[in-house]
Amino acid sequence: MNTPLIFELSSRGRKGYSLPKCDVPARLLDQTLGAANLREKDASLPEVAENEIVRHYIRLSVMNHHIDKAIYPLGSCTMKYNPKVNEVTAALPGFTQLHPFQPAHSVQGALQLMYELARMLAEISGMDKVTLQPTSGAQGEYCGLKLAKAHFDRIGQKRESVLFPDSAHGTNPASVTMAGFQPVQVKSNDRGILDPAALEDVLDDRIAVLMLTNPNTLGLFEREILRLTEMVHGKGGLVYMDGANLNALMGITRAGDMGFDMLHFNLHKTLSAPHGGGGPGGGAVGVKRLLEPYLPVPVIAREKGNGEYCFDWDRPYSIGRLHTFYGNFGVMVRAYTYLLMMGSAGLRQIAEVAITNANYLKERLKERYDLPYDTVCQHEFVLSGDRQKKQGVRVVDIAKRILDFGIHAPTTYFPLIVSEALMIEPTETESKASLDQFVEVMFQIADEVEKNPDLVRSAPHNTPVGRLNEAAAARELNVNFSD
Amino acid sequence: MSFIPQSDNDGRTLLDAIGVKDFDELLEGVPESLRLTQPLRLPPALSELEAVRHLGELATRNQSCDEYINFMGAGAYDHYIPAIIPHLISRPEFLTAYTPYQAEVSQGTLQAIYEFQSLICRLTGMEVANASMYDGASAAAEAVLLALSVTRRRTVLLSRLLHPHFRDVIKAYIDNRDVEIVTVADDNGVIAIDDLKEKLADAACLVMANPNFYGIIEPVDQIPELVHRAGAMLIAVVNPISLALLKPPGEYDADICVGEGQPLGNALAFGGPYFGFFAARKNLVRRLPGRLAAMAQDATEKRGFCLTLQTREQHIRRDKATSNICTNQALCALAGAIYLVTMGREGIKEVAELCVNKAHYLQEKLCALNGISLACDRNFFHEFALELRGSARRLFDRLLEKKIYAGVPTSRFNWENDHLLVCATEKRTVVEMDYFCQSVKEVIT
Repeated sequence: MNTPLIFELSSRGRKGYSLPKCDVPARLLDQTLGAANLREKDASLPEVAENEIVRHYIRLSVMNHHIDKAIYPLGSCTMKYNPKVNEVTAALPGFTQLHPFQPAHSVQGALQLMYELARMLAEISGMDKVTLQPTSGAQGEYCGLKLAKAHFDRIGQKRESVLFPDSAHGTNPASVTMAGFQPVQVKSNDRGILDPAALEDVLDDRIAVLMLTNPNTLGLFEREILRLTEMVHGKGGLVYMDGANLNALMGITRAGDMGFDMLHFNLHKTLSAPHGGGGPGGGAVGVKRLLEPYLPVPVIAREKGNGEYCFDWDRPYSIGRLHTFYGNFGVMVRAYTYLLMMGSAGLRQIAEVAITNANYLKERLKERYDLPYDTVCQHEFVLSGDRQKKQGVRVVDIAKRILDFGIHAPTTYFPLIVSEALMIEPTETESKASLDQFVEVMFQIADEVEKNPDLVRSAPHNTPVGRLNEAAAARELNVNFSD
Repeated sequence: MSFIPQSDNDGRTLLDAIGVKDFDELLEGVPESLRLTQPLRLPPALSELEAVRHLGELATRNQSCDEYINFMGAGAYDHYIPAIIPHLISRPEFLTAYTPYQAEVSQGTLQAIYEFQSLICRLTGMEVANASMYDGASAAAEAVLLALSVTRRRTVLLSRLLHPHFRDVIKAYIDNRDVEIVTVADDNGVIAIDDLKEKLADAACLVMANPNFYGIIEPVDQIPELVHRAGAMLIAVVNPISLALLKPPGEYDADICVGEGQPLGNALAFGGPYFGFFAARKNLVRRLPGRLAAMAQDATEKRGFCLTLQTREQHIRRDKATSNICTNQALCALAGAIYLVTMGREGIKEVAELCVNKAHYLQEKLCALNGISLACDRNFFHEFALELRGSARRLFDRLLEKKIYAGVPTSRFNWENDHLLVCATEKRTVVEMDYFCQSVKEVIT
């Protein structure tokens, strides 16, 4: 049976709201708003009673997989447990009931939180200054590229291109184009990392930025990083770190020390803010002193005399503004709470356990699946389903079969340089028992591929819906319900 | 650490299984010289109790809109949030799920997005809507990028009475290109038609706020036709609550309609997280930025939902994607959808009418005072700009003593006039508004 749409539950005259009576004289809308400006027909919003609305959304919710239920080993997404205390602090009325245009003296607590969060992030990454304004990793990338552009404009250099390896996240090249640069892809070497020789081939003084994810999307630390950043700097370019994989680095090593000039953090990955089914996120950007003048306005600062927290608008070289207000403040409260509870030793432990868990899974799973880059990994690793493909089962089938066991599939078909890729990131919040259970499922599926491949090819079998015909859905596009 | 379910013993077992003698062997790829030898200089770790106490103290160092009577709007509006919204969006099944890449175990999120898209279409009168953008301003910026790409023109017209921060964000999204931003003047608070006519030639689009920055409703009798005749696109930036009563952009032939979704069930939260909505004509669907959910079927013809037209997006199309957006504001959009469903067809009108009646009551009462008048005498929704004899900032500051946030002085923006923007939502009572007027009277005399 289909789960009803909210529109299918609507009945004329039902109501789910309760509002006070108007305590001022009611006016004719013709006069207040102007007769010509009025809408002729009501917006056909559904009419449903409150308790029925609750049931509707509960029905929907139970069809979701989520991290509070079981392992969610999506590579590069860092699906770690989201501490419940974050939700408590983020819901404090002293934070939720602040208007963004309140004067600085009336929001000292909020500004202090932002100021201190930015300083902690700077310390973790080895950067000099951090802006919290970008709302996502992709917006962080865009911000970083604009900072670079502003820098080169100011020193009168015209640099057109931005480099990134073929293992890069799709957001990297997309941000490059949006920022008005030419994207130039560089090939990774046979060890899965960027080779100084390959960089040498494409590097010249027209290169503005090299964007690198470290550890990269294969879960490998770019071991030539010092040489790479030195080479780019030698040509006057800048180096940007995509911080999606920062979970592997905290307390172990720092982007700033590797020679990166800027990076973004994903507060919703590394720093435990929940992902909310796709957002909101937080894409804070850290920079070295050189790029500080260009940061988005306003910058959160302290008054010289009394130490009060304030907005600094006087930034003549700023790239301007990327958000209507100051970014996703609620996400910042969560990240700040998390960092306070973790402290230095806690962050180091996160990285250690994340790396250990990933290596453990890698060593166990390589018995039954191909491991194209068989080396020590950081927080994630990439298997290939090539062996299974020869038996007529594709990685998409394996992923769908995994869902039948009440756990989530890894990232599939990414990075693009691995055929039939399965990218696995367990994070530090999985126990050994949970990892072992995942291994067991993966082994059972490997068996099924050999003995009963149809079972895998027709998966999933135990999910709220079977495999959906996405091609037909795109062809007969229905993205707006009409009744 | 309470979020890391690994004992020392487990750690040893895992390292043995990996075949290394200690953790440092796993850092083999990290050059020795880069490894930190000192702990990070961070504050000492707090227990949960201490963290809650510390955050509680920070929160009390803010004077929130619960403690003051709030008449500030200017892009963030203080509406009542029905109890079921925080309750439902706190469900871990929504809160702790990732982007719905595996459709079969993400049907809750996907159906909710599909319903959200449909609700936005019904409210705006547009044919398609996406799953959400970061905020209203970035949605407007992406709309401009779309118009530039469709028309292949290089001039972008912005109404002078577009929110100045929307203007800033649009600028930051397009100033890497060879594109010119031109401001269309206003005629006493609405778009000046003569000026528009003059500037329309070769324009890619007009970005029109409605209600505009001054809360004024733009008469749309001529604008759409003028814009389209010039081969440009019309981008309407709207307040979603106002559309309960006002003619929706789909009805006046806008090509794209965007807006800040915060008024729909999202807290003020010091400016975020909010969500932007992005709706358009059907023929633009393959050019939309961001995620889109579609109705689908499984092999047994059971109805389901999946992400669709992903070849527009960065993870498939990379440098040729329509936008770089990946993470959006899904949970805030869910709050918005639940708000629209809860208010429903009648409630949304009731909220809007309460806002209109209260704002007009307040405006008349304030303008009856000596030295206060409307900056532009036009039809407005729930916000209006006041012309004062003295500085708006000074009046605002003086009313803080009365525990009133009197509005938003336009002097805080890069703005030529010194006006006070005052907003009244359904939350303001007649007692609060009378107290406001009385207080204004006291401080100006």
